[in-house]
Amino acid sequence: MKTFPMGGVHPSENKLSGAKPIEVLPLPDVVTIPLAQHIGAPAVAKVAKGDKVLTGQLLAEAASFMSANIHAPISGTVTAVDLQPNGQGLRQMMITIKREGDEWAESIDRSETLVRECALSAQEIIARIKDAGIVGMGGATFPTHVKLSIPPGKKAECVIINGVECEPYLTSDHRTMLEHGEELVVGVTILMKAVGVSKAYIGIENNKPDAIAHLRGIVRNYPGIEVVPLQVKYPQGGEKQLIAAVTGRQVPPPPALPIDVGAVVCNASTTYAVYRAVQKRMPLIERVVTVTGKKLKNPRNLLTRMGTPITTLLEAAGGLPDGDCKVLNGGPMMGRAMVQLASPVTKGCSGITVLSGRDAVRRTAQQCIKCAKCVSACPMGLEPYFLSKMTQKKNWDEIESRMITSCIECGSCQATCPAYLPLLDWIRLGKQTVMGRIRARAAAAKK
Amino acid sequence: MQVLLYTILTLCALGILAAVVLYFVAQKFRVEEDPRIDEVEKMLPGANCGGCGFAGCRGMADALVKRDDISELFCPVGGGDCMKAIAAYLGKAAAEKQPEVATVRCGGTCEKRPRTNDYNGVRSCAVASSLYVGETACAFGCLGFGDCVVACAFDAIHINPATGLPEVDPEKCTACGACVKACPRMIIELRKKWPKNRAVYVSCVSKDKGAAVMKACKAGCIGCGKCEKVCAFGAITVENNLAYIDPQKCKLCRKCVNECPTGAIRLVGMDPLPREPKAPAAPKTAPAAQTATPAAAKEPVKEAPKAAAAVKPEAPKAVEASESKQTAAPVEKS
Repeated sequence: MKTFPMGGVHPSENKLSGAKPIEVLPLPDVVTIPLAQHIGAPAVAKVAKGDKVLTGQLLAEAASFMSANIHAPISGTVTAVDLQPNGQGLRQMMITIKREGDEWAESIDRSETLVRECALSAQEIIARIKDAGIVGMGGATFPTHVKLSIPPGKKAECVIINGVECEPYLTSDHRTMLEHGEELVVGVTILMKAVGVSKAYIGIENNKPDAIAHLRGIVRNYPGIEVVPLQVKYPQGGEKQLIAAVTGRQVPPPPALPIDVGAVVCNASTTYAVYRAVQKRMPLIERVVTVTGKKLKNPRNLLTRMGTPITTLLEAAGGLPDGDCKVLNGGPMMGRAMVQLASPVTKGCSGITVLSGRDAVRRTAQQCIKCAKCVSACPMGLEPYFLSKMTQKKNWDEIESRMITSCIECGSCQATCPAYLPLLDWIRLGKQTVMGRIRARAAAAKK
Repeated sequence: MQVLLYTILTLCALGILAAVVLYFVAQKFRVEEDPRIDEVEKMLPGANCGGCGFAGCRGMADALVKRDDISELFCPVGGGDCMKAIAAYLGKAAAEKQPEVATVRCGGTCEKRPRTNDYNGVRSCAVASSLYVGETACAFGCLGFGDCVVACAFDAIHINPATGLPEVDPEKCTACGACVKACPRMIIELRKKWPKNRAVYVSCVSKDKGAAVMKACKAGCIGCGKCEKVCAFGAITVENNLAYIDPQKCKLCRKCVNECPTGAIRLVGMDPLPREPKAPAAPKTAPAAQTATPAAAKEPVKEAPKAAAAVKPEAPKAVEASESKQTAAPVEKS
């Protein structure tokens, strides 16, 4: 069975909600929609305080090519467009909408009937995806229309659908593949048409045999699509790791992109959203969020409108457990701890993980014992201990030459460290600083 | 025995040959360096702190000797006297700068700014601020992990465990600016150093709106603008919900200190102005107090520069604290 060649770890899976079907969360009364829910320029608000909006109406327009539209997830009145704290407590521009009824924009087809045929051209498909504001829903929130617009001189050879969901605890992609398999596969054909390829792979880790069997049954009727079962290993869901696992090709270090090896990777939930956007004109206003944690009474998969407060989701899962706990936006490996539970669900929020007791606290860091486990674990072939040390010494040139910008921040190094060193904390800081220096140099060169 | 003799002789011959070669090479490739650079380096404090913008004192000395115009170069550690001495030695015009001191502009002590979460990642402000808002709800205030303490080469800044905030020792601070660069929240500012370490400054950098500030911290600037109105010297500006006192225009009259409803304006090294007799009743009727101040302000302010030096011990600090709490309430509503 296939997997990526370098590094990786095996954290305990804890897929508590894997057998729970997707349930629809009741419409929230108030939503707050951040204007920056994607990588790139924040969207520009097209509504003002007091405006009435319909569900699916455009709220904010993409500010540039590398940006994404944002739509109203509920109908009602805009009560504020101002700075609000996000999950990390940092101020972000957000639109607040108070719900009144449930009225939808007319263009959207809300029926559940499956539409297989797509007569649109590649440009039209990409335009519809752009209109719907679709971004990578696995967590990286890269605008999908940018990914599908193949730069001149490059050629895509295959589409790879990321159904890996290697992050422990999370099951939203798993449930989407099981419950919307047929739509997802139609989404794959649409993506293949958009980038002009005749081959697609759906990579699924072997811990989801039901999803593999289900999709294999469906893809029999669709030529060119293949389900590829993969060995369970974190971080297989990383774009470069998945390409290596499925095709055996290595993406060169930055600034090279997956398209340089002919691959276009798209997350399973995103593919389903692409289907809905192209065939049903449905903008990205809801997503499946896994609310999970060992101490939660009822870990579930909830179909949630964007902008719903995280507290509402936690209440639906039985409320926060007693005692101190850590609430993560995402899974335990790559999720970010939150301090503002009133903050909203965004396009990249695949799960809310509640860690409690010993899991919630980091263990005391000790001296590095030079075991080099972090080096073996790094899926990008970097030297985490060295990058972390040199960041502490502010030796930016050194870490830049050691490819710190290749780091995918998967946290494998930190998870495997027997001395509990906070390797990723430092590396993330070093990476940010180096990226800033590279941008500054580029800006200076332009002048 | 003979082997030993030959060995020693060969080594000696090689040594002499090498010495001769080295002598001529040294003559040929000698680096001509201005001897004044060494002299100037000796006159500099030798802290190698980087406060002048050069990597160390040698770089600064080199620049001082080689540049014709040294008015842009300044050693914050040595200060004006050091620069004057060097300028006299080199026969150039020295830069003149008033002495400065690092000032921590955050008053969010443990009791005034409640903790909302526990952080157990790397104890570094740079790392914490790259991750999230910090252990309190204020997105602008001090994180308290002491990156400034690590950056200080003069042992002049320390975290006070009681308040959780860094405190600057003005006697040791050389205004090299290392802490200013180290602080990811840009809280530390180099401000004019008054005699006897006196200072009046806004001890807050929060640009949040008043209500959000009050929720996160009881000592924050809410941008009410009372201080701006009362200042007779135009030293105070309120921008983005935050007051700033220009140290060049401020005359330490202290009118603003009494006016501030949250106590965000800090007074150091001086006693506050005595409050006017009607002051205790004033807080309950805030609008009346506001209209009264501009007229009442003018007279005492003119005298203020003289009064600044006088010490007035009859204004106890406890009274000031309790009053500021009372005045806080009406401002929050507005």
